[in-house]
Amino acid sequence: MLRLDGVSYRYPGASQDALTDVSLSVGLGEFHAVLGPNGSGKTTLVRVALGGLAPASGAAEVDGRAAHLWPRQDLAKVVGVVPQREDNLFPQRVRETVLLGRYPHLSLWGRERAADHDAVDRALAACDALHLADRWLWTLSGGEYQRVRVARALAQEPRLLVLDEPGMSLDLKHEMGLFELVLGLVHEEGLGVLMITHDLNLAARFADSLLLLEGGRPVAAGAPNDVLTQEAVERVFSWPVAMQTVDGRPQMVPLRQPKESRA
Amino acid sequence: MKWTVLAIVALLALVLSVVLGPAAVPLGELLHSDIVWNLRAPRALLAFLVGGSLGVAGAGLQALVRNPLADPFLLGLSGGAGLGAVLAIALHLPGPWALPIAAFIGALAALGLVYRLGLIGGASLDPRILLLGGVAIGAFAAAITTAIVSLADAAELRNAFLWLWGGLSGASWDSVLLVALYAPIPLAVLLAASRPLDLLALGEESASYLGADVEKVKRRVYLAASLLTAAAVAVSGVIGFVGLVVPHIARLTWGHRHRSLLPAAFLGGGALLAFADTLARTVVAPRELPVGVVTALIGVPVFAFLLRRWTIA
Repeated sequence: MLRLDGVSYRYPGASQDALTDVSLSVGLGEFHAVLGPNGSGKTTLVRVALGGLAPASGAAEVDGRAAHLWPRQDLAKVVGVVPQREDNLFPQRVRETVLLGRYPHLSLWGRERAADHDAVDRALAACDALHLADRWLWTLSGGEYQRVRVARALAQEPRLLVLDEPGMSLDLKHEMGLFELVLGLVHEEGLGVLMITHDLNLAARFADSLLLLEGGRPVAAGAPNDVLTQEAVERVFSWPVAMQTVDGRPQMVPLRQPKESRA
Repeated sequence: MKWTVLAIVALLALVLSVVLGPAAVPLGELLHSDIVWNLRAPRALLAFLVGGSLGVAGAGLQALVRNPLADPFLLGLSGGAGLGAVLAIALHLPGPWALPIAAFIGALAALGLVYRLGLIGGASLDPRILLLGGVAIGAFAAAITTAIVSLADAAELRNAFLWLWGGLSGASWDSVLLVALYAPIPLAVLLAASRPLDLLALGEESASYLGADVEKVKRRVYLAASLLTAAAVAVSGVIGFVGLVVPHIARLTWGHRHRSLLPAAFLGGGALLAFADTLARTVVAPRELPVGVVTALIGVPVFAFLLRRWTIA
């Protein structure tokens, strides 16, 4: 569904590559997570993968076609994205903002039909947000707003869902809820998911496959147990950790480094 | 229901524009009156077309620069148009069309400069730079205009001043026809951009992921809004606040979906300017206030009221 093959990219005027030789393949019904410290190239990866930036070398393809050659509207019928930041300018109700997700499917002058409103309801229901449908966005909590944004991406009826740091600023209950929601979509709707996240532990628990980046380079890729080894985590994140296992998945516990013990 | 009310208001504005005026025309003679047919009717229609164009241009621009406090005249066009017009007056250019043509060319020159500035960060049009550039170019043009006006003689000065503040007294069936033929194209471009403009409210990146061709939309909306504003200024001088206030009033009832907001802004802007022009003609009859003065006097209190509502929301 989404494929990166030896992709490199450098921002104009930058002194080094933001991505070097990165490869990734996300298929339907698969949950992939991209991890790495700040500045490791995770958001750049999403932009290149979705055709917003053209790779300097290597190929970025969606459904077999070069990503930056996809017309934006066609791509939006196939890939739903929940970017890191959203700056909603005007007050809106939940239902209206989720309806924006139907726009890729609407013709230039055509109106929304019953099928579009049904898609909105289904998307809201899948995200456990149907009861919020008539609320104003500014009255929602952070967790509720995030679920609404996922619902909007689902209303596009995509085959692939891309989320950029969706759990940031969510509390425990809402972050767990979000990961369970996404995993449910993978299993029940057969969506492919690419998620960028800071939360190594949740990524290890929920994702099928991880990609660990450092300075734009791939450090390790594959099953969580293979990728999140103590050496790899300590080296990439520059912090001592202990590794544990929960549900057969690796979990990292950061170790303390009190000031006195540092040389 | 709301469309019916708006249609009635618009119709009322047009009717009042035709019926009221410094010269009393008995109702029975309306249809035969020379004043009505050759002066008031074209003027009413021109006011409606110009007001409507400014309303739509304002709504489009506010969505483009993602700032609900944007006005078409922040684009710098009025400065350029004013400079063009004042140059035409100072150089005594002949003919009734000298002023509008010079103003239009001035507006286009300002548009070109601001557009070029907007591309300064690269191939992507930066709406913040468009706003800042517009203010800068507008101020620069205004400075040159003031310099020229300060060197002009009294009669010319007054003409330039009155023109700058907006007036529809030059309205004729020719100007109505011109605007009626010209305006539909940029208006149609803006209406066709309704959905991408809705998406743009989420930010450029989000809009792109929801299927909008963001660069194309920005270019088209900017050019269409500017061309509408340039024509409005060329034909009727600088009439402020219509483009700023009408979209907000329309949003209060029609919400933010541009598919209904833009037509509502057109009808509302047309009605507002027709009303304002009627006031301009009758309040100090037989003399006339510049219409830009009336729209500012009405517009500022309305704007202050809207600001309060906006910060409360």
